[in-house]
Amino acid sequence: MCPCKQVKTIFRREFKSYFDSPVAYVFLVAFLVLVGFLTFGMTRFYENRQANLMPFFFWHPWVYLLLVPAVTMGTWAEERRNGTIELLLTLPVTLTQCLLGKFLAAWAFIGVALALTFPVVLTTYWLGNPDGGAILCGYVGSYLMAGAAVAIGVFASALSRSQMISFVVSLAFCFFLMIIGFDPVVNAVAAWGVPAGIVDAVSQCSLLTHFDSMRRGVLDLYDIGYYIGVMVFMLAAAQVVTENRKAA
Amino acid sequence: MLTVKNLKKSFGSFVAVKGVSFEVKKGEVLGFLGPNGAGKSTTMRMITGFLSPTDGTAEICGHDILKDPVAAKACLGYLPENAPSYRAMTVTDFLTFIGRIRGYAGAELKRRVDDVIERTSLGSVRHQTIETLSKGYRQRTSFAQAILHDPSVLIMDEPTDGLDPNQKFAVRQMIKAMASEKAIIVSTHILEEVDAVCTRCVIIAHGEVVAQGTPDELRAKDPQGGRLDVVFRNLTLSKEEQQEAARLADQNTKKEAK
Repeated sequence: MCPCKQVKTIFRREFKSYFDSPVAYVFLVAFLVLVGFLTFGMTRFYENRQANLMPFFFWHPWVYLLLVPAVTMGTWAEERRNGTIELLLTLPVTLTQCLLGKFLAAWAFIGVALALTFPVVLTTYWLGNPDGGAILCGYVGSYLMAGAAVAIGVFASALSRSQMISFVVSLAFCFFLMIIGFDPVVNAVAAWGVPAGIVDAVSQCSLLTHFDSMRRGVLDLYDIGYYIGVMVFMLAAAQVVTENRKAA
Repeated sequence: MLTVKNLKKSFGSFVAVKGVSFEVKKGEVLGFLGPNGAGKSTTMRMITGFLSPTDGTAEICGHDILKDPVAAKACLGYLPENAPSYRAMTVTDFLTFIGRIRGYAGAELKRRVDDVIERTSLGSVRHQTIETLSKGYRQRTSFAQAILHDPSVLIMDEPTDGLDPNQKFAVRQMIKAMASEKAIIVSTHILEEVDAVCTRCVIIAHGEVVAQGTPDELRAKDPQGGRLDVVFRNLTLSKEEQQEAARLADQNTKKEAK
């Protein structure tokens, strides 16, 4: 049997399980309200009088920071707490298939939330004449960044049986990966006299740095590679942690 | 059909299982007995591929659980302790998910799920979510999950734990009904279970096999009364604990006499 069929089965169950509880709808509403408020209230989307989505995408990393850990915190922690991890891992599936299925389900769920922001795009098209390519590029970048955050969240969820702990760990982890590329922080560190090469190298590891060019509409293989690299690395780490701490 | 070869497991410096070996053939129901903490669940978790053993291995239908885990798990039905299941799913959805993972699709999948629901009498609750079910139904759902693919080897960790006498009876009847075509392991610390379903027993204590044989052979180890619980105590308690138990029993008999 094709191994991807197992991934698909697990993906289907996980994805559907998000909608089994009202939490999914609360999440979707919270995501849209937050993104809407920040875009229109904080960055003055209308007052800018520019037909682009820069102020909209600007907030995505910060919204993900708060909400992605909430989506991913249960992926393994819940399985451990209910003991279903013992059931799942004694079925004829490999751990990698389980991990991939869970990761893709969480990522797809974030995709639903992101897709529901379409009225912002429609508004922009209605008011002006934006660059469609730049918008698409922003969405691709945003979705890739979400994928990296989801992979971090899945890893954090594998660490413990407590959802609270995995929430805090993935939030802290994502926050760290963001501020090392956040302009005010980077500039402050550079002002201390840290060599430019080091500052640059560190900020190249940031989730934010690679999103910056994408939200401006520049699609670079290097940035795409970075996000995929983060996903692969974090999922591999999650695999090792789960393998070693199955019964914990 | 199932061979367990010298399984060992240590957690840090604590050795939970110190080399357990046994064999189960088709048509046998092996009672896996031992006090709480003896290493029963750990051993079963190693046989089913959930925990990786520190040493040794197990073979299920000729597939090594370490070298070819997916093939070994495909021949295996497992009912873990406390019957875990995805509580937000309905019984039908849950069993359909398990069936899909087991490689069934379409009409065959539907037939398997309907059949197992019929066999475990879950028909009346099939559209309820598992969290709304009573413990007996939950246990049966988990049981259904383990036998859906008609496995050659069936492993159950305390399948009757926490059930009422009627439910215990029902589970035992289901085990008996399948016994002739499968190799079955039932772990338990309820000794009446042994007479009810088992054809052979393995008793473990402190991570080691201390006795094995048919229920009658084990009973013969207590020449006076032929009682299983006495044999069990003698095998699994240390000398001091045995004396203590005997002293307490003695006290109680004297009290009753007064």
